[in-house]
Amino acid sequence: MEQLIKTGNNLPDVFPTDSEDFANELVTLNLGPTHPATHGVFQNILQMDGERIVSGVSTIGYIHRAFEKIAEHRPFYQITPLTDRLNYCSSPINNMGWHMTVEKLLGVTVPKRAQYIRVIVMELARIADHLICNSILGVDSGAFSGFLYVFQEREKIYEIFEEICGSRLTTNMGRVGGMERDLNDIAIAKLKKFLIEFPAVFKEFEALFNRNRIFMDRVIDVGPISKEMAMDYGFTGPNLRAAGIDYDVRVMNPYSSYEDFQFDIPIGENGDTYDRFMVRNEEVWQSLSIIQQALDKLPEGPYHADAPHYYLPEKDDVYTKMEALIYHFKIIMGEIDAPKGEVYHAVEGGNGELGFYLVSDGGRAPARLHFRRPCFIYYQAYTEMAKGMMLSDAILVLSSLNVIAGELDA
Amino acid sequence: MIDTNLPAPPGIEGPGFFATALDNVVGMARKNSLWPLPFATSCCGIEFMATMASHYDLARFGSERPSFSPRQADLLMVMGTIAKKMGPVLRQTYEQMAEPRWVLSVGACASSGGIFDTYSVLQGIDRIIPVDVYVPGCPPRPEQIIEGLLKIQELAQNESTRRRDSEEYKALLESYSIQ
Amino acid sequence: MPFSNEEILKFAQQTIGEENIIEVSEPHGLLTLEVKPEHLIGLVGDLKNHLDFQFTFMTDLCGMHIPEQIGRELGVVYMFHSWASNTLIRLKTFAPIEAPLIPSMTAHFNSANWMERETYDFYGIIFQSHPNLIRILNVDDMDYFPMRKEYPLEDQVRKDKVDEFFGR
Repeated sequence: MEQLIKTGNNLPDVFPTDSEDFANELVTLNLGPTHPATHGVFQNILQMDGERIVSGVSTIGYIHRAFEKIAEHRPFYQITPLTDRLNYCSSPINNMGWHMTVEKLLGVTVPKRAQYIRVIVMELARIADHLICNSILGVDSGAFSGFLYVFQEREKIYEIFEEICGSRLTTNMGRVGGMERDLNDIAIAKLKKFLIEFPAVFKEFEALFNRNRIFMDRVIDVGPISKEMAMDYGFTGPNLRAAGIDYDVRVMNPYSSYEDFQFDIPIGENGDTYDRFMVRNEEVWQSLSIIQQALDKLPEGPYHADAPHYYLPEKDDVYTKMEALIYHFKIIMGEIDAPKGEVYHAVEGGNGELGFYLVSDGGRAPARLHFRRPCFIYYQAYTEMAKGMMLSDAILVLSSLNVIAGELDA
Repeated sequence: MIDTNLPAPPGIEGPGFFATALDNVVGMARKNSLWPLPFATSCCGIEFMATMASHYDLARFGSERPSFSPRQADLLMVMGTIAKKMGPVLRQTYEQMAEPRWVLSVGACASSGGIFDTYSVLQGIDRIIPVDVYVPGCPPRPEQIIEGLLKIQELAQNESTRRRDSEEYKALLESYSIQ
Repeated sequence: MPFSNEEILKFAQQTIGEENIIEVSEPHGLLTLEVKPEHLIGLVGDLKNHLDFQFTFMTDLCGMHIPEQIGRELGVVYMFHSWASNTLIRLKTFAPIEAPLIPSMTAHFNSANWMERETYDFYGIIFQSHPNLIRILNVDDMDYFPMRKEYPLEDQVRKDKVDEFFGR
């Protein structure tokens, strides 16, 4: 069945941009900060020729919360709740990335058990992020039921997070040097139940979309991006892998024991919306496999490093032992200085390489903290990609890029 | 059997008629059909999506149709941080809504600026628009958002039909410089 | 296999001259070079087009303000990544606060566009030959550069937060 409505870069042979009549016929459309599809607050001012987009300008900053300036006034352990709110759909990944950066600066080695627990929560967060992106892509193309199925499963992930750290969405999970508490039996039981029940629901979700003729017609060949353009515009993460380059921070520069796990990196062919959708689906399966492996091989041992200068001691020790009391006081009141230096650490976030560049001058708060936010960097390419597209396709491309406003503006 | 009918307002009943105050009937109708405008900016927006999903269904309280057009919405739910750049947009959205309109401020950032006490964040949306109910939390659980909606329902039920024309309400809008 | 820091340092010294590399350091094993702004674009182009090194991906670009370094207060930090060999390198360049002019990296990487706009928005660093150097994250009519160290974090016109109670 041939596609009746052609999409993509099917521009006419001669694009009459020089004629003034044409320029006067263009309509300026404000795809404004208040989006009908709860994506986030960013604005695109588009010049339209009827239904086709001729050019566009993106404006962002509608949720600029000055994270980097706040971070210069906070001690390291108080920056963790800030990192939560970067990519809020997968906050454990941001938390762990920040903790690893600080541990690299301080020279703290984290024990194996804590690393495996970190891997489990990071992969759960990745699943949560990809579930949102794909189900909202479905909603934007008119298919609402997938969203409802998938959010029921997200509630189960939220319950696991609640068991581990107490909070559903903005988790503030882990501490510098490990985790704040061990995985208790309820958390492990919930994890095992999730691993048994989730695959069936996700298969149902995939069955709704993967070979659905209407969905395929809407997303195949919509918004393709070439490998060179993707690298030039700083793409990382599922969007880059859909274009065909297999760059994944977990494989190229493994952190937190990722080299112990066996997983594949799914890549696409021509970087269109369908490839991005399928890459994210496949990454959910890979994440499930990693969680299963981590849970099976979970080693015994302490769940935090032996670093009394940076990791708060147990509360009953604080009330009974002198050294613990002194360490507690020094850590909270900021009497312990960090070593001077600069460090960069990157983790594979839900959207790509999430990097933390930390410069410390020995004080309690960083001298400079910069977040390398993947959304901010690859969103620049959107207006380039949207040229010549119909408006409804441009909306789908925007959905499939998974732009999270918190990470965009920081 | 659970009786899911709403209790009737106080009134005089007879064969084929039911007499009560107009305010009661209008209040009952308004409270059970509030159409929200989800103004979701950040993390609280994701908790709103969880509230709208099937586990904590918001539609059972009458909010079946979230409207993204202010002209057709009753309740403006502001969820997430409002930066100073976004302030005029929020104000314009509020001004486009028709009376009667209610505002629910969800989350710490919308209520008071939250943890972001910075130069670029508006310290609470009640600096630019009048707010009816505040839901604290960072982010608030879906149950809390539903409680906020129930409180708005209470306000809608007990409100007099003349309130929007009263001097007091006009003075309130004047203090925010809203025509 | 990642190239060793000595090889890259030798290549950089050959390209722009040993005297033009102001500072070399290796914090946590990552080669960090500080160069003058005028040599920056040439060095990055040579590193990008080098047949072996192939630093074809710019990971990050951010600004810095170090008030103690008189004459070199405002600076930009770049990080480049060679995917073929998994090598990382960091370049820094500084300029005085009276005339913070630095050539724009959009000559080599399109992803530098918004990152330089963000750096301009926060620090006021002017990137020469940038296609569209305007504010990106803050409101357009802001008249100061907020990330510089002399400006406070909090909004000075807020009425209800008493600084005494918050320990400021």
